[in-house]
Amino acid sequence: MLTEDHTKPDLAKRDLARPNPAQGPARSLVRGRENRLLGGVAGGLADRLDVDPVFVRAAFVALSCAGGAGLMLYAVLWVVMVEPEVPSPSASTREPRSSQGNAQRAVGFAFIVAGALLLLREVGLWFGDALVWPVALGSAGSAVIWSRGDQSDRSRWIRLTGLPGGPVTAVLGESSSRPRVIAGGVLVLVGMVSVLAANASLDAAAEVLLAVGVTFAGAALLLGPWILRLAKQVGDERRERIRSEERSDMAAHLHDSVLQTLALIQRAADPREMATLARSQERELRAWLYRPPGGGADSDAMSTALDDLAGRIERMHRVKVDVVVVGDGPLGPRSRALLQAAGEAIANAAIHSGAPTVSVYVEGTKDSWNAYISDEGKGFALEDVPLDRRGIADSIVGRVQRHAGTATVTSTLGEGTEVHLRVGRDPA
Amino acid sequence: MTILTPPSKPVSDTRVFLVDDHRLFLSGVRAELSSAFDLVGEASDVDEAIAGIRRTRPHVVLLDVHMPGGGGRAVIQAVRETNDETQFLALSVSDAAEDVIAVVRAGARGYVTKSIAPEELVAAIQRVRDGDAVFSPRLAGFVLDAFSGEIPQPVDPDLDQLTAREQEVLRLIARGQAYKQVARRLDISVKTVETHVSSVLRKLQLSSRYELTRWATDRRLV
Repeated sequence: MLTEDHTKPDLAKRDLARPNPAQGPARSLVRGRENRLLGGVAGGLADRLDVDPVFVRAAFVALSCAGGAGLMLYAVLWVVMVEPEVPSPSASTREPRSSQGNAQRAVGFAFIVAGALLLLREVGLWFGDALVWPVALGSAGSAVIWSRGDQSDRSRWIRLTGLPGGPVTAVLGESSSRPRVIAGGVLVLVGMVSVLAANASLDAAAEVLLAVGVTFAGAALLLGPWILRLAKQVGDERRERIRSEERSDMAAHLHDSVLQTLALIQRAADPREMATLARSQERELRAWLYRPPGGGADSDAMSTALDDLAGRIERMHRVKVDVVVVGDGPLGPRSRALLQAAGEAIANAAIHSGAPTVSVYVEGTKDSWNAYISDEGKGFALEDVPLDRRGIADSIVGRVQRHAGTATVTSTLGEGTEVHLRVGRDPA
Repeated sequence: MTILTPPSKPVSDTRVFLVDDHRLFLSGVRAELSSAFDLVGEASDVDEAIAGIRRTRPHVVLLDVHMPGGGGRAVIQAVRETNDETQFLALSVSDAAEDVIAVVRAGARGYVTKSIAPEELVAAIQRVRDGDAVFSPRLAGFVLDAFSGEIPQPVDPDLDQLTAREQEVLRLIARGQAYKQVARRLDISVKTVETHVSSVLRKLQLSSRYELTRWATDRRLV
C-alpha cells in the first residue's frame, strides 16, 4: 500500500506538475506538517486524497461514533504514516485547488465515508442510529462550512479574527462562501433536529428550540455590534494588507527595472544611448502599468505586437520608433505577415536612413490592413539597390505578396523613404 | 534684428505661461523656451495657475494634464470665464487618456507629449498662438479611431462625422508628417491643412459621439 505510487506514472506526473512540499520524495503516506491538529493524520491523508482536511476530520468524527472505528483507524494510520522529513516552507505556497474539482472530490469522499458507516452498522460496530447519523450530518455540515480551496486563506482568517473559530466574521467577510455556508448550516440543522426527534418528544423539542431561539436573539443583541465592528476591522486590515502587497510588488518591479535603467543612464556616455535606455524603460513601464496582467486577450492584438516589435528595434538600433495604430484587432496569418514585413521595413529605416525617428502607422479597416513606415532620412534610388540586398525584395515585398498583399516603396534622395504595405483582412 | 538687440530678447512677442506640478520638468521647459518666447509666469498647482493666468493674461498656457486639485481641465474651465483670448496647449506624459481627452474637450487647442523635441514644442506653441490646432500623431490616430465606422443615426452629422478630406489629413498626421508635408501631398495650402485640423478639433470638442466618452474607459493614448 505504501509503495503503490511507483507503479502509477499518472499520479507521479501530476505531482510533478503541482509540486507539493508537504509530501516526502518517496510519496508514501506522510503525516501533514502544516495541516495538523493532533497527529497530522487527517492532514496527511487529505494531501494524499487531495481533499480539504476538514472533510477528513469530519469523517473521523463520524466514524468514531460507529463503535469507535474512527479512533481505531486514526491510531492505526498514525503508526503507519511517516513523519515528514523536509520542513516545508509553507502550505500557502501550494497552488490553490480548483474549487470545482475540490467539490467533486469532497462529495466523492462523503459517499465513501457514508458507505463505510453503513458497513460498520451491518457489522454491529454502532452506537445507535440516534447518535451516529446526527453526528455524521453535523460534522459534514461543519466541514462544508469550514472548507476552503486555500488552506492559507483560512489560517489567515483565524489569525485575523484572533478567534480559533470565527465563522460569523468569515461569513460576513466573504460573500462568495455564502452558498456553502447555507448548505453546511442546513446539514448541521438537520443533524440537530434529528437528535431532538430521536431522543425527545417533539413537544419538548419545540420548547428547547424556543429557548435556543431566545438565547440566540439575546446573544445577537448583545454581541451583534461587536461582531459587526470586528468584521469591519477585519475588512480594513485585509484591504490594508492587499495595499501593502501591491506596494511591495510595485517596489520590486521599480527596483528590478526602473532603478536599474536609471543607474545605466547615469553611466551612459552617449546621449543617444541614454535616450534609447529611457525609451525602452518607458515602454516597459507602460506595458506593465496598462496591459492586463498575464497578457489577457489584448496580448495578441496588432497594437501590442507592434509595440513590442518597435521596442526591440529601438533597443537594437538606437532610433526612436513612433507607433500609431488605428482600428486595432487580433492578429491572423495575413496581419502577422504584414507585421513581420513592417518589422523589416522599420529595421531597414533604422539602419540605413540615418534618421533619428521612424514613424509607423498601421490602420485596420473593414477589408484591409495598411501599414506605413516612413523616415525623413537620406533616401535612396530604388534601381541602385544591389540585387544581393535581399532585405527589401524578400522579407518585405515577398512576405506580403505571399499573402496576396502589395508593397510599395517610395524614396526620394535626401528627403526620406516611405514603405506602404497592404494585405487583405484575415478571414474570420 | 539689429546688432544691438540683447541675445536674451525673445524672438517672438508671444506671452507664455507654464503650468506643471513637476518643478524639475518646469525648469527644463523654461530653459528650452526662454529664448523663443516671453515667459510671463509659471505655476505648479491649479489655484496658483488660475490666479497667475488672470494676472498676466498670456497668449498661450502650456498646461500639464495631471495636477492635484482638478488637473488641467479645472484651470481651463476657470480661466475661460474671464479671459477668452488665452489659448491652451495640453502637455502630458500621456499615461491617462481620459484626462487628456477631457482637457482637449474642455477647450485646449491641442495636445503634445512631454517627450516632444524642443523645436517642435516651440512650433506647436506658435501654432496655438495663431489660433490653430496642434495634433500629435497619437491624437490624430485616436480621433480617426473614435470617428471611424458608421453610426446609424448621428445626432449631428456635421459634428459626429469626419469628412473624407479631414480623414486624409489626419491619416497623414498620424503617419508622422508635418503640416507642410501634408499640404504638399494633398496639393493644398498649409492654411487649408490648418483649417481642416481646426475643424476636426472643433468636432472633437463638440461631438456627442459615444466613442469619445467610451474612450476614457477602454482606450489609452499611449
